Amino acid sequence: MRFGSIIKVALRALMRNTMRSILTALGIIIGVGAVIAMVSIGNGAKAQVEAQVASLGQNVITVFSGSMSSGGMRGGWGSSPSLTIEDAEAIEREVTGIVGVSPEVRDRNQVLANGLNWNTSVNGESPDYPDIRSWKIASGAMFSDQDVRSVAKVCVIGKTVADQLFANSDPVGQTLRIRNIPFKILGVLDSKGFNLFGQDQDDAVLVPYTSHMKRLSRRSYISSILIQAANADVIDKVQKDITEVLTQRRKGREPDFTVRNQVELAQTATATTQTMTLLLAAIASVSLLVGGIGIMNIMLVSVTERTREIGIRLAIGAHGSDVLMQFLIEATILSSLGGVIGILLGIGSSQLVSHLNGWPVLVSTASIVIAFVFSAAVGMFFGFYPARKAAQLDPIDALRYE
Amino acid sequence: MPPVVKIEEIHKIYDSGEVPVHAVRGVTLEIERGDFVALMGASGSGKSTLMNLLGCLDRPTRGRYLLDGIDVSELDRNALADIRNQKLGFVFQGFNLLARTTALENVELPMLYGDRKFTTKQIRERAMHCLDIVGLSQRSDHFPSQLSGGQQQRVAIARALVNEPQVLLADEPTGNLDTRTSAEVMGVFQRLNDEGITIVMVTHELDIARFCKRNLILRDGMMVRDEAVANRSLSATELEKLSSAEAAAKLTGAKS
Ligand SMILES: Nc1ncnc2c1ncn2[C@@H]1O[C@H](COP(=O)(O)OP(=O)(O)OP(=O)(O)O)[C@@H](O)[C@H]1O
Ligand SMILES: [Mg+2]
Repeated sequence: MRFGSIIKVALRALMRNTMRSILTALGIIIGVGAVIAMVSIGNGAKAQVEAQVASLGQNVITVFSGSMSSGGMRGGWGSSPSLTIEDAEAIEREVTGIVGVSPEVRDRNQVLANGLNWNTSVNGESPDYPDIRSWKIASGAMFSDQDVRSVAKVCVIGKTVADQLFANSDPVGQTLRIRNIPFKILGVLDSKGFNLFGQDQDDAVLVPYTSHMKRLSRRSYISSILIQAANADVIDKVQKDITEVLTQRRKGREPDFTVRNQVELAQTATATTQTMTLLLAAIASVSLLVGGIGIMNIMLVSVTERTREIGIRLAIGAHGSDVLMQFLIEATILSSLGGVIGILLGIGSSQLVSHLNGWPVLVSTASIVIAFVFSAAVGMFFGFYPARKAAQLDPIDALRYE
Repeated sequence: MPPVVKIEEIHKIYDSGEVPVHAVRGVTLEIERGDFVALMGASGSGKSTLMNLLGCLDRPTRGRYLLDGIDVSELDRNALADIRNQKLGFVFQGFNLLARTTALENVELPMLYGDRKFTTKQIRERAMHCLDIVGLSQRSDHFPSQLSGGQQQRVAIARALVNEPQVLLADEPTGNLDTRTSAEVMGVFQRLNDEGITIVMVTHELDIARFCKRNLILRDGMMVRDEAVANRSLSATELEKLSSAEAAAKLTGAKS
């Protein structure tokens, strides 16, 4: 039979029981809709994480003190002080393929200026830091190597700090008091937004790490070392060399540091997203399974109801394959229509969620195509048994059926 | 020319129930091209069973069936479907039109199956032509539920004709119709037969059988009589008679 006629017959049969068709497709509609919505939200979250990972800078390798599992990144952060400035210097000296190194020391302090005060993160860094993080200076300049060597009382402040303390004036050249020690403000950083852990990166003050260690925190250890590799090709080699240098310096002692590159950090951060994706796939398959069983059920009812019709068609010269096609296409149309409605519903609800909660959503074409193909496949799969049942009917028995 | 239908010692045994039913017991029959046969017999004598065998809807338990020279007992399911589609037209006991499908679409149906390729326009034209033959071209877009019994039966006849079959098989085509409508349907058959189509039909009614050329009588699955019709009724004359009888009844009715 011609394809056009089959489609026409199938559509007519579905329209005849509009309510029933809708209810049957509902399983697919809800399943596909939920999956599309959740995938869009998940993708949005993932895209945000990726953007944040990218904001760490390019080809960045981080050495943390303390050794830890990949999941325990935050707990491990500086938990057992073991890295020293000498470690950082050794890396800079001995590892090739490096364009920037910054030892890091961080703590929170109350800072004063303009008669106002603000609690912020005070970070000891090297002058390479803005380059490593691809972080631009909005006005003024970064402190220099000379400032590091001379343990200078100079700083560069983040956008949030500038906004809080210098609402109406230019902070560059003014004085910021940290632990009551006056630091001269050399520059203001560009805005960078939130990091992977939802912290405001602009809420920070950068000082030379030497100044931090000698004047503020009085620590002899640094909490981490940021290293920038020259390009993506050497990043693995650089990471290996760093590990080697540090291990040698510890001469057989238990390694008390962790070297992570950006990609690994991203993986840690997106681990939850992956769990969610898996969960989604499970939900999707369950709902499609349930929807498919619903379709099979209704198609079986439909075949029984239309036994006489099938008998007439067979008696008039339809082959079994014609009848099979007819019911298969009917089931497929039913499920793929359900899929289309589900997709629209999913897109709509994810947009709504994004509108109401301000979450980033990302509706991917791939998820739409996959959802559509899957829903059509479900109809075909679950429609096959009823369709084959119809196709195998004996014309005489079917005609006699009451 | 060989006979269009030739069956030899054909048997049909239903053994689906507890006791096997021997519905057709060794029927041998030849039907020539252009013949117009009425198959009669008491209820349960095996008429429908024989018709289903002739119509290639069912397979004989034993015996040979040559349709247009082809031994159909050896054909598979799809080949039988093609034979039904190309060589046979069947009007079933009961109307058996597709519900919620217009008269025209019902008639188009056989052309949608089978391997002959028609354009949509050709399909439409041929179906209209067949509806015209049975006098229903005005009703082409009506649904079966909007048609009278006789009209539905005529749509079924049009559907049976549309692929220009060798043989038209009709199982009690007038079974549910009044005398006048029956005469009309028989008129359609007679016209088709005059144009050369072979017709085999089942009927209970003697006066319907008299419209045919040849009467076969079946009893307990066996052919007990095979005779030519001597005084053939012609639908035109019968309809005229009916009209005058009705007119007379009305006149007398008005007087009293
Ligand atoms: N599918 C079947 N299974 C078992 N027995 C059957 C079946 N169909 C018909 N029979 C039996 O075969 C015999 C012949 O039936 P058939 O329908 O051919 O009679 P018929 O002559 O057409 O009767 P009617 O005039 O009432 O239509 C009957 O005894 C009937 O009970
Ligand atoms: Mg019968």
